[in-house]
Amino acid sequence: MKSFVFPEFRIIRDEAKCGQCRGCERQCAFGTHTYDPVQDRLISDDYKCAGCQRCVVFCPKNAIEVRPTPSPYRANASWSREKMEDLKKQAETGGVILTGCGNDKPFRVYWDHIVLNASQVTNPSIDPLREPMELRTFLGAKPDVMEVKTDKGDVEIRTKLSPNLVVETPILFSAMSYGAISYNAFRSLATAACKSGTYFNTGEGGLPKEMREKFGKCAIVQVASGRFGIDAEYLNCASAVEIKVGQGAKPGIGGHLPGEKVSAEVASTRMIPAGTDAISPAPHHDIYSIEDLSMLIYALKEATNYEKPISVKIAAVHNFAAIGSGIVRAGADIIAIDGLRGGTGAAPKAIRDNVGIPIELAISSLDRRLRNEGIRNRCSIIAAGGIRCSADIVKAVALGADAVYIGTSALIAMGCNLCQKCNTGKCNWGICTQDPRLAGRLSVDIASQRLANLIQAWSHEISEMMGGMGINALESLRGNRDHLRGVGLYEWELEVMGIKGAGE
Amino acid sequence: MDAVEVDATNLATKELNDRLRELMLSGVEKVVLRNVCGQRYIGTRLYTPEHRKMDIEIYGTPGNDLAAFLFGHNIRVHANAQDGVGNTMDHGEIVVEGRAGDVLGFSMRGGKIFVRDSVGYRTALHMKEYEDKKPVVVIGGTSQDFLGEYMAGGIVILLGLGGKPHKGNFLGTGMHGGVIYLRGTVDKTQVGGQVDISPLNDADKEIVDHYVSEFVQRFPDLGIGKEEILKSDFIRLSAKSKRPYVKLYA
Repeated sequence: MKSFVFPEFRIIRDEAKCGQCRGCERQCAFGTHTYDPVQDRLISDDYKCAGCQRCVVFCPKNAIEVRPTPSPYRANASWSREKMEDLKKQAETGGVILTGCGNDKPFRVYWDHIVLNASQVTNPSIDPLREPMELRTFLGAKPDVMEVKTDKGDVEIRTKLSPNLVVETPILFSAMSYGAISYNAFRSLATAACKSGTYFNTGEGGLPKEMREKFGKCAIVQVASGRFGIDAEYLNCASAVEIKVGQGAKPGIGGHLPGEKVSAEVASTRMIPAGTDAISPAPHHDIYSIEDLSMLIYALKEATNYEKPISVKIAAVHNFAAIGSGIVRAGADIIAIDGLRGGTGAAPKAIRDNVGIPIELAISSLDRRLRNEGIRNRCSIIAAGGIRCSADIVKAVALGADAVYIGTSALIAMGCNLCQKCNTGKCNWGICTQDPRLAGRLSVDIASQRLANLIQAWSHEISEMMGGMGINALESLRGNRDHLRGVGLYEWELEVMGIKGAGE
Repeated sequence: MDAVEVDATNLATKELNDRLRELMLSGVEKVVLRNVCGQRYIGTRLYTPEHRKMDIEIYGTPGNDLAAFLFGHNIRVHANAQDGVGNTMDHGEIVVEGRAGDVLGFSMRGGKIFVRDSVGYRTALHMKEYEDKKPVVVIGGTSQDFLGEYMAGGIVILLGLGGKPHKGNFLGTGMHGGVIYLRGTVDKTQVGGQVDISPLNDADKEIVDHYVSEFVQRFPDLGIGKEEILKSDFIRLSAKSKRPYVKLYA
């Protein structure tokens, strides 16, 4: 059937610069560029271009430019180009539109409507280059009461403490499974996490056996509805276990790793036959209530001899704060909440773009709910979904989070340009693919260095911003909404976040 | 070595499992639990890096998630079991001299479960297999609805002993791997749309023969012979496709 969809990108080749090296042809897994030996020139098919910019960056002659095409349609405020073309694709195939990455729709980005405080005159600011600045934090349950015994200056803690994760900076890598991303990308995250004193999250694709000894100590392993790659050894090699209930990019639905991506290595890590679909059902079929969730939390505590904190990850949706309260009461040590803009390797676009609530509002609601109920100490909150810079992290912590997960930011650090074609498995940057030729393009050494650099840079910036506010420990920033003010927000939005308007 | 007896009266779940773990770490390989009454996760906290193994006999009724994440131990229950038996178990064996509740063998990847009587809903849900690991569940009676839902691997055998008809619906819904053998028959309205019903071939018969022998060996008190069970007809339920959703997307 003839497709009525227009190309999204236009490839402009400077013929004067092009040396016919055919580098672009080799770089593009979508088959955009082909060499015509008769004309001795490269021909580019705009229709195939994903807009990932790989050929542009790697053209040795700087001869290629890839630009988004302007809409060819008559302007129509209701019928955007995207709406029309998605509809056409569905009329042509009868299928669900799949996409990758996070929600790209113009929902209000609250981070950009919140400003931070700084000390002036009465409360001196702190220079983190000269003075100690504590970014280290502990994730897990804290006791209601701490009993101590002092004996000749020695202090002994009498209360039995719950296991906690120690993070040197409040930035963890979000769950991205081996299978969704390439082995090199997965290993880069693990390497950078260990190097930076933080954690990566295996997602639900298991943890390759050869990585367990070296990287288990900086791994959070996930238990999701598909229960892939899970055995007692996997659970016990890690520092924490996370039950994945939901994901910001696709709340309420399951996952589906298509057979093409289930290579022999992915299959062995997930412990399933190669080439079969790996289906994660929408719910955990042993969890239909808070009591059932509690049963799985304690099953995992038992399986790990009560030595590891158990996290529960949910998508931020309506009334989720009440569910969060239930999760804490069910025995979770950490709640991870993933907001509207959380990324994915593949999700139906209709779900990605329409389900869930912004993380900024969610953090504050959950933190306040748990405080009001007097149970905030019983769990830590990790916020995820739409963290783009260090200032977003400072704001997230001030709204009540203990730490953040970064997924999309980490991918961009490794080379991702958010072309949203993750679901095709043809990632030219070697990140979201199982094709060995493409995956080999990502160097673990370089990518992990880029990730570690990002963590270092953001940690410095967080220290600077905290110092400016006169705060020298992350603990003092947590839930400290006095240091936030809203700009251009409605009253209900200020109320949900518990912050004042600027100038108030 | 003689079996160590533990009286579970008034022990909380954690206390009982603390005790079991201590015994295993001290080198005990056989334990008999008396007066068990609803304690959960028995067998779950027995993973050790050196892969120690233990035989556990249970008198009384164990609670939910018996043998969840089981890593190679053998458990025999001289009574009924509750929900979640063998949840995500890796290897080992569970024998239940009675009936078991819902989601038995959920996401089980290896090992064997034998249940003398019937089981509840969603048995063998999302059961898997991988290389030499092929989980097996043999049920003496029958099951409720959604047997083998999302099933991706392994073998389930329902014997329908005592003339119990298979009345469960939605059998094998979403199934994309593995096989279910039923002694007796079901109507095609009882199975999910992804399921093929077929007679057994010779290879199937060999498998059924093998596991029915094992079943009979484990329940000598039933007083029923292998031949008697095998003389009735069986049917086979299997997935039409390993890729059920391949045409779902644009």
